[in-house]
Amino acid sequence: MLGNITLGQYFPGNSFIHKLDPRTKILSTLIYIIAIFLADSAVSYGILVAFAALAITVSRLPVMLVLKSVKPILIIVLLTLLIHMFTMPGEHVLFTWKFLMVTEEGLHFGLKMGLRLILLLLFSSILTFTTSPIVLTDGIECLLRPFAVIGVPAHELAMMMTIALRFIPTLLEETDRIMKAQTARGAVFTSGNLVQRVKNMLPLLVPLFISAFRRADELATAMEARCYRGGEGRTRMHHLAYGGRDFVAYAAVCFLAVGLACLRWGSSLCVL
Amino acid sequence: MSIKLTDVFFTYMSGTPFERKALNGVSLTIEKGEIVAIIGHTGSGKSTLVQHLNGLLQPSQGQVSIDGVNLAGNGSAALKVRGQVGMVFQYPEHQIFAETVYEDIAFGPRNLGFTEAEVDKQVRDAMAFVGLAFDSFSQRSPFQLSGGQMRRVAIAGVVAMNPAYLVLDEPSAGLDPRSRNAVFKEIMALHRSRGIAIVLVTHSMEEAVKYADRLLVISKGRVLFDDQPNAIFTQHQAELLEVGMDEPQVYKLSSLLRRQGLQLPEGIKDADELVKKIKQAKGWR
Repeated sequence: MLGNITLGQYFPGNSFIHKLDPRTKILSTLIYIIAIFLADSAVSYGILVAFAALAITVSRLPVMLVLKSVKPILIIVLLTLLIHMFTMPGEHVLFTWKFLMVTEEGLHFGLKMGLRLILLLLFSSILTFTTSPIVLTDGIECLLRPFAVIGVPAHELAMMMTIALRFIPTLLEETDRIMKAQTARGAVFTSGNLVQRVKNMLPLLVPLFISAFRRADELATAMEARCYRGGEGRTRMHHLAYGGRDFVAYAAVCFLAVGLACLRWGSSLCVL
Repeated sequence: MSIKLTDVFFTYMSGTPFERKALNGVSLTIEKGEIVAIIGHTGSGKSTLVQHLNGLLQPSQGQVSIDGVNLAGNGSAALKVRGQVGMVFQYPEHQIFAETVYEDIAFGPRNLGFTEAEVDKQVRDAMAFVGLAFDSFSQRSPFQLSGGQMRRVAIAGVVAMNPAYLVLDEPSAGLDPRSRNAVFKEIMALHRSRGIAIVLVTHSMEEAVKYADRLLVISKGRVLFDDQPNAIFTQHQAELLEVGMDEPQVYKLSSLLRRQGLQLPEGIKDADELVKKIKQAKGWR
């Protein structure tokens, strides 16, 4: 019943981007996102789109796959476009109908916002497509480590994420099994009014919670039996290390961000 | 009166890169009142096969019918006939959810639309079958029971639906030898007194040979052998080894002893019987 769900969207590969250090990918994505908000002209948007296209090409991901990741937010994009189109006051009125009024400024602004959202999601999905969840967690832990001095439990957060990711498929499998078992006992999960449905979920949720707690307890015991005591003094099997290609990637996104800043605030600033 | 599978194929995650064929053309008939054991290596498709027996999975190709009613679709006839097949999954105690033993066992019969009086009778009967005293257990929380007792509550929950066929997926997994024997004793008693057909999925050749009249060996989504356990274990040892199965220990030991010149009859089913026969052959008391 739940067998067809694939989790995470990691798409294994061996491209330049796949081989980048996760920290590089996370920070580059952040820089790109900042760059998106620096853009204000058609030229700068063109550059951003070109850069995203370049990144997809280099990652050797199937283009359709990456484009598909935008699908869930299309409705939000459309809404943004419509709201801006109809509510933005402006001088150049394109179209009026009763109380509705579309201005050129509104249309421009709406398109701009929509494009921003799409680019944002497109570029972040390159990150999740090319980085396995475990490696991603490693990268996050590494990036958060400096904040340990102000009390951010970087290792613990990363471990929690790893464990959560690890158990999602297990819990799904368990849900599937219990659902089948209760269906075989005549349970119905899909009909009735809301109250009835919530009540019908009990035979699924109670066993699921019990097993989740049991698993958590067993895991804690197993970790303690292997002397786990948090991140303090813990060494790692795989050390993250920057290589030549990471500097290339950093250079590319930084160049992009600086370039867009120049376009925005004028060439006078650049000369300095 | 039978469950009939006709040329059933089943594919998991069809149309994705993770596509996996689990059943490759299975045809078989399970008659009312039979005890059928299904053995097969992990991943051979036996769990997939039994989930077809009551429509939890629908075949990608082919058809399954119970007493002549096709299981495909959600018609009321199909739904009703599915209730004829009770299904006890692996570790059935993991499906227990109610506050009392009584409520949990009553869940199935209530879903089938039994009246409260019928439900009460079914619960009492089911508890008696699995050896849980009604007075001392019915109002207790199932979560305070031991593993073996919880398993019995879960089995009782299926028995209370009064099925004509009972499918059990490794009912003895994770139990100690005493609970294991007790569970099988109860299942056999159920078979004898109500004439319920038993379909037993197992890893254990010993259980298969001891309890079943008929044995299905599943390999790579096909029925490899379908015969009496004794016939399969004595005639097809080589093929069994090839698909990761083996003959029961008792068979190995008896054939070894036979080769050493001891006069032992064919078809000895378990260790106790073997001991008896050895004593007879040797003239010991």
